[in-house]
Amino acid sequence: MIEFRLPSLGADMDEGTLLEWCVKPGDSLKRGQIVAIVDTTKAAIDVECWDEGTVDELIVAPGTKVPVNSVLALLRTIGESPEECAQWKAQHRVAQAAAQATMPVAAAHAAPAGGAAATAAGRRRVSPAARRYAEQAGIDVDALTGSGPQGAIVLEDVQKVADKGATAEAKPVVGAAAAATERAVEMRRTIAAAMARSKREIPHYYLATDVPLEVASRWLGERNAAVPVTERLLMAVLFIKAVAKALLRFPEFNGFVREGQFEPSSAVHVGVAISLRQGGLIAPAILNTERLPLDQLMRELGDLVKRARAFTLRSSELSMPTVTVTNLGEQGADWVFGIIYPPQVALVGFGNIRERPWVESGQLKLIPAVTATLSADHRASDGHRGSLFLAEVSALLQQPQTL
Amino acid sequence: MKMSYREAVRSAIREALERDPRVFLMGEDVGKYGGSYAVSLGLLEQFGPERIRDTPLSELAFVGCGVGAALGGMRPIVEIMTVNFSLLALDQIINNAALLRHMSGGQFSVPLVIRMATGAGRQLAAQHSHSLEGWYGHIPGIRILAPATVQDARGMLWPALQDLNPVLIFEHVLLYNMEAEVDEAVVATDVRHAHVRREGTQVTLITYGGMLWKTLTAAQQLAQDGISAEVIDLRVLRPLDDVTILDSVRKTRHAVIIDEGWRSGSLSAEISARIMEQAFYDLDAPVARVCSAEVPIPYPKHLEEAALPQPPQIVAAAKAALGRT
Repeated sequence: MIEFRLPSLGADMDEGTLLEWCVKPGDSLKRGQIVAIVDTTKAAIDVECWDEGTVDELIVAPGTKVPVNSVLALLRTIGESPEECAQWKAQHRVAQAAAQATMPVAAAHAAPAGGAAATAAGRRRVSPAARRYAEQAGIDVDALTGSGPQGAIVLEDVQKVADKGATAEAKPVVGAAAAATERAVEMRRTIAAAMARSKREIPHYYLATDVPLEVASRWLGERNAAVPVTERLLMAVLFIKAVAKALLRFPEFNGFVREGQFEPSSAVHVGVAISLRQGGLIAPAILNTERLPLDQLMRELGDLVKRARAFTLRSSELSMPTVTVTNLGEQGADWVFGIIYPPQVALVGFGNIRERPWVESGQLKLIPAVTATLSADHRASDGHRGSLFLAEVSALLQQPQTL
Repeated sequence: MKMSYREAVRSAIREALERDPRVFLMGEDVGKYGGSYAVSLGLLEQFGPERIRDTPLSELAFVGCGVGAALGGMRPIVEIMTVNFSLLALDQIINNAALLRHMSGGQFSVPLVIRMATGAGRQLAAQHSHSLEGWYGHIPGIRILAPATVQDARGMLWPALQDLNPVLIFEHVLLYNMEAEVDEAVVATDVRHAHVRREGTQVTLITYGGMLWKTLTAAQQLAQDGISAEVIDLRVLRPLDDVTILDSVRKTRHAVIIDEGWRSGSLSAEISARIMEQAFYDLDAPVARVCSAEVPIPYPKHLEEAALPQPPQIVAAAKAALGRT
C-alpha cells in the first residue's frame, strides 16, 4: 500500500486545495501520470504521481484544503491482494486518527520545504494553544496579528477572529471578482513570504557582466530567416541553454541549501520566471534543460508560458527548479539583480538587449549587447567562481551554433 | 490560635511524641540547646533524654542510627541542622533509607522522618545557604515535603510518620518566625497534593517553601497591574502533583516556576519538562522560570538579595510570558 501525499510545489507552499481528481479507484497508474489538480495560492497545478500501482481509495474530497504532506489517496502496489490492503488499512487507520488528532503541529512540521513556516527564523510565532484552536476552527493564523510575547499569536487572538467569523458567515457569498482579488492578495502574500525569507536567510552577492551578442544575433537572424515563423527561436532560449550548460561546469550555482547545507543537483532544471497577467509571477522548471536541443527548448518554453498563464502547470515543474533565470526582454530595464528563490542558490538575470557602444581591439563600434547578472548565495559559492561562471555564459553565447 | 512556624513544628513533634511511644527526636543540639533554630526548646524537659537525644557531630552516624531504629520498629524524627550538612549523610539517605524497602522486596521498611532547614536569605554565606531539595527530588523511594505555611508546618509531620517510606521535610529558614492563625483541630494535613494558594486566570505561578510568600507578593502586584495570577504551592516535591499543576496551566495557558534552587537540573526544570510533555498544546507562551543566580550564594546582604528570586523578577517574568512589558 502506497500513501500518495500532497507534494510541496515550491518553497512558498504549505497547503493546497484539492480541486479535482483525474483518476478514480481501480485505475492503474503509470509513473508521472497526472492524478489530481491542486490549487495553490499561485495556480492550479496538475499533480503527478511517481509511483506505479492501482488507485485503491481517494482520501481527500475535492474542495478540501489540506497541508503539504497530507495523504491524498491510497494506492495498491502491483500484485498486492485486497486482503493485504485490508490488513494494512486496519493497522494504519488508528495511526491516522491519532495523527489527525495532533494535526495542527504535525501539519506545520510536516512541510519540509514549507516556505516561511518551515524555518526557525522565518516561522510565525504561534502559541501551541492558538495553533490547535485555529486548526480546529479552520482559521488561517498567518492572516492574524499576534498580541503575545514577541508578537506571537496567542489563543485570544484566534478566538477573537473566530467570534467575528461566526458573525461574518451570515454575509452574502463573495462574487467571482472578489475571488480573483482574493487570489491576487494570496499570491502577493506568498511572494512576500518567500522573498522575505530569501532576503532574511540568504547572504546574496551580486555580479554583472556585459555580454556582446553580435555573433548570436546574426546567427539567430540567419537561422530564423530559414524556418517557418512557428519554429523561430527567441534569444531567451539561447540565454537559458547557455546558463544550463555553464552550470554543468559550475555546480555550486545549481542546487539547494537545506538546513544550512548546500546540496548540489546533478540535473539542471532551469526555472523560468514568468510574469502572470493578473500580476505576480511563477517560475516553473524546464526539466533537464541542458540536454534539450534549442528547438525543443523553444517549444517547451512556449508551452510553459502558455500553461503558466492558464494555470495548468505540473507539480514536478513547480517543485524541481534547481536555479532560476529571469529575462526582462525587450521592454525591460538594462539590469536585473534578482532575489534568489529559496532553497535555490542562484538566479541569473538578463536585461534588455540594446545596441551599445563596444570597444574591441582599439575600435569603437555599435553592437547588440545584454547585461547578464548573477545573484548567488554566498553560503554555496564565492564571487570569484561567480565571475568565472558569468564569463562562461558569455563565452557560450559567442558560439551559438554549439548550444 | 496564632502561632509561629517554629512553634507549629514544635507542637507537631510534641503531639507525635505524646501519641506514639515509638516516636523519638534525635539530632545535633536538639536537647539541651533546644535546637539550632529553637524548634525543640523545652522538649527535653518534658520528654527526657531517652526520647530527645543529642547526638555527636556526625550526620552519617546519626542518620544511620535513624535508619536502624526505623528498621527496628521505631518511628524516629531525625533533625539535620540544615540541608547543607545533609550532604554528609547522603549515603544513609539514598543508599539505605530510600532503597532498603525495595531491595528487601518489601520485607523491611524505613519509616524515618528527616527534618532539615533549607534555603538562603540570612547572610549565612555559600556553605550554609543551599537549596538542594531538587537533588533529593531525583531519588525514587522517598517522599519530600516542603511546608510553606504555619498550618502545614503543624500538620505535615504526623502523616509523614505514618508513611512506611522515608520522608524528608524541608523547613525554609526564613519561615521559622512567621506567625499565622492555626486551626489546632487540624493535626494532619494532606501530604499528597499541591494547593492553589491564590486563584487566578491568566498565569500560573508555581512555587514552594520560602518562595511562596515572595510569589504571593508578586501576584498581588500583578493584580494591581490588571493581571490575574494563580499561585500553586507544591507542598509535595516528590512525588510531584502533576494534576494540580496541569489543571491550572491548562486554564491560564501561561506558567512561571519560581524555585530558589539553581536553574540547571533543578526542580523547576523537571516541572517545566512535565508541562511541555503533558500540556504543550495548551500553552500560549514558553514556560518561564525564576531561579537563583548560578553562583555560590554571596554573603553581603545586597548581593545575596540580588542572587535570590525576588518579587520584581517574578512580576517581570509573568508579564513577559503574557507579552506585557
